[in-house]
Amino acid sequence: MTQTSFDVERIRKDFPVLSRELPGGRPLVYLDSGNSSQKPTQVIETMREHLALHYSNVGRAMHALGAESTEAYESARDKIAAFVGAPSRDEVVFTKNASEALNLVAYSFGNPANTDDRFRLGPGDEIVISEMEHHSNIVPWQLLAQRTGATLRWFGVTDEGRLDLSGLDDLVTERTKIISIAHQSNVLGTVNPVADVLARARQAGALVMLDASQSVPHHPVDVAALGVDFVAFTGHKMVGPSGIGVLWGRGELLEAMPPFLGGGEMIEAVWMDRSTYAPIPHKFEAGTPPIVEAIGLGAAVDYLSGVGMAAVEAHERELAAYGLDALRELPGLRLIGPDSLEMRGGTLAFTLDGIHPHDVGQILDDAFGVAVRVGHHCARPLHLRFGIPATTRASFYLYNTTGEIDALVRGLHHVQKVFA
Amino acid sequence: MIGESMYQELILEHYKHPQGRGLREPYDAEVHHVNPTCGDEITLRVRVGEAGKIEDVSYDGQGCSISQAAASVLHELTTGSTVRETLSVVDEFTRLMQGRGQVEPDEDVLGDAVAFAGVAKFPARVKCALLSWMAYKDAVVRSAAQ
Repeated sequence: MTQTSFDVERIRKDFPVLSRELPGGRPLVYLDSGNSSQKPTQVIETMREHLALHYSNVGRAMHALGAESTEAYESARDKIAAFVGAPSRDEVVFTKNASEALNLVAYSFGNPANTDDRFRLGPGDEIVISEMEHHSNIVPWQLLAQRTGATLRWFGVTDEGRLDLSGLDDLVTERTKIISIAHQSNVLGTVNPVADVLARARQAGALVMLDASQSVPHHPVDVAALGVDFVAFTGHKMVGPSGIGVLWGRGELLEAMPPFLGGGEMIEAVWMDRSTYAPIPHKFEAGTPPIVEAIGLGAAVDYLSGVGMAAVEAHERELAAYGLDALRELPGLRLIGPDSLEMRGGTLAFTLDGIHPHDVGQILDDAFGVAVRVGHHCARPLHLRFGIPATTRASFYLYNTTGEIDALVRGLHHVQKVFA
Repeated sequence: MIGESMYQELILEHYKHPQGRGLREPYDAEVHHVNPTCGDEITLRVRVGEAGKIEDVSYDGQGCSISQAAASVLHELTTGSTVRETLSVVDEFTRLMQGRGQVEPDEDVLGDAVAFAGVAKFPARVKCALLSWMAYKDAVVRSAAQ
């Protein structure tokens, strides 16, 4: 099934957890990478070695370890900038996760400390999101609307699970200040048509942010080619550690934005009554950052680059094709999301007639060691849109195999037998 | 096959053929309880007759097999008993569910509800089993207040 250049069995050997057994002698079938991915030895060892031999604070310690730590931390930034095609390394801001990156941008708007017109926000102004967003790309904008009196609006989702662009020109107008949507849906697997939205945003003079938490780990992503203004993603979904996320923003915008968190290292000079701020990216990195986590994320992008993101994408496309075919064979299964491979990733969410997802997930795990996610996946409005409380979601990554999808399908047949 | 022990035949039976499901009149109190972690919900009504006898427990809701079967068993165990008797069953069921699988259930008190003993080993699912029982307790308290 896989390309000759892509050896999934060799890749699996890099991930120690994939060869462990679960209690009761069950093999692990990990189909929950959309939730959080597993980590290769290369990332684990890089972090361990840094902690063991090089660790110190960054940017402020004037000694050998301080220099080594700073060098490793800043070189992780270089790697990540290159990985996503950032025109400048200074445009890569480390955060603790994608949620913090989204909140950082949301707090720039309508902020009394802001002096730039593009971030001025008040009654009459509009924020546009979509019905398929993760809660982390909904709640920060709800809070912003509450703080400023701006209006929150959103794209609907079609029955097939696509962004509904039919009302695009009415939704995005000269009142729109910011549009923030998922690059790829964490439930539907849908890859959104960024260029269409961006073109309208530019006409209307609105800024555009992408929640790329589900795209950067799975596809070659070039932020400059995308042409948007801000991109948020997180380390733990891309074979890196938790506790580290990234905000990429156009340098000129990041420079114009007010600071987010105040503290050490984000300043230039401090007096008792005022401060001036460090240049980007450090302006947005208050306090001691997640040093080892950033270095781990650097190792993660080295790992993914070594495999090749085009190869990762191609492998997952084959898994998605195989998975879509396999799931179609199950009676009473309703796929929530696009039924074709066009503009979609390897995330398959579904319901089984008459069986609650929590029962599905429980039996898959307990009887077969198949780890999927069940529930609303932090996208409750999307589930309300489809009139369902929850779904079962299988999400694939570079280390998954068609054999694991077979195990999922066997498990689902068993679930249906238990509840027959 | 750890999970099989949770899905006892009796639980599946109650899930597929729920007893006393549907909201009925008359009633003395109605409550609506939700489990925010999984979205399971139940609306439950109680009718208390003379001498504190439970004349009817009617309910409607949605959720996993554990939460729905627990409501069905609750209906069977409470209808026809006195409020005082049923509250001791609720207490015993709660003790069993919160016992992390270490509690020996009192079968004389719990009847069919002992089938849920396996659920206690799954902390994430205990709330599912308790949803309707906590709703019942709430409804009984409210009916007494009226």
